[in-house]
Amino acid sequence: MYLGLETTLGVLLLASALIALRLKNLLAAAVTLSVFSFISALIYLVMGAVDVAFTEAVVGAGITGVLFIVVLFHTSRRSID
Amino acid sequence: MTSSSRNPILITASRLLAPFIQLFALYVIFHGHFGPGGGFQGGAMLAASILMLRLSVGAERSELKFRKSWGTPVGALGALIFAGTGLLTLLLGGRFLEYHYLPFPDLSRADLHSAGILLIEVGVSLAVMAVLVAIYDDIMEGPGGN
Repeated sequence: MYLGLETTLGVLLLASALIALRLKNLLAAAVTLSVFSFISALIYLVMGAVDVAFTEAVVGAGITGVLFIVVLFHTSRRSID
Repeated sequence: MTSSSRNPILITASRLLAPFIQLFALYVIFHGHFGPGGGFQGGAMLAASILMLRLSVGAERSELKFRKSWGTPVGALGALIFAGTGLLTLLLGGRFLEYHYLPFPDLSRADLHSAGILLIEVGVSLAVMAVLVAIYDDIMEGPGGN
């Protein structure tokens, strides 16, 4: 029914996942992972799973992003690349 | 993270946004019986609002809303509300979480179910909020703290 919307969101999901994998800046990668989580919540919403989408949006875009960023501030990059 | 990086725009925006996020979280918790949402989502949203304040205005001022030492007691209280509701119905002759055995007089069976689910969701949301904030606080303390 929403094939065009689902295809667009799927392409965006793949793009955000690949960008998050490829980025060297870990802070930017954590933010891109939040974007990935939010787009997957939108996909759940399009597919009709409102409750799952709600959980994904709150936990994925809210809590895990914060936790990733806090962990990043507590670690240091030892290796030189 | 450090106190030198405080931005007035961030502080004002997050202090303005936090009460609305908490109000919506309360709506999600108490309306979860009828629509999407429920205890876990509302609790996670409450935790997200407190974590936003922790990140923006700093730990010492955001402790006015939720103290670091409250994490474990409030989480345990939430779990106690959840398990206590179930064990209360067990004591009163029903099975675990069989809501219509709850000791509220003058309530019909359907109302007792609604009241029981409301108790469960309040317990779950308290536990989820407190534990998520406690995880954040423990990570911020770093290794070596207790």
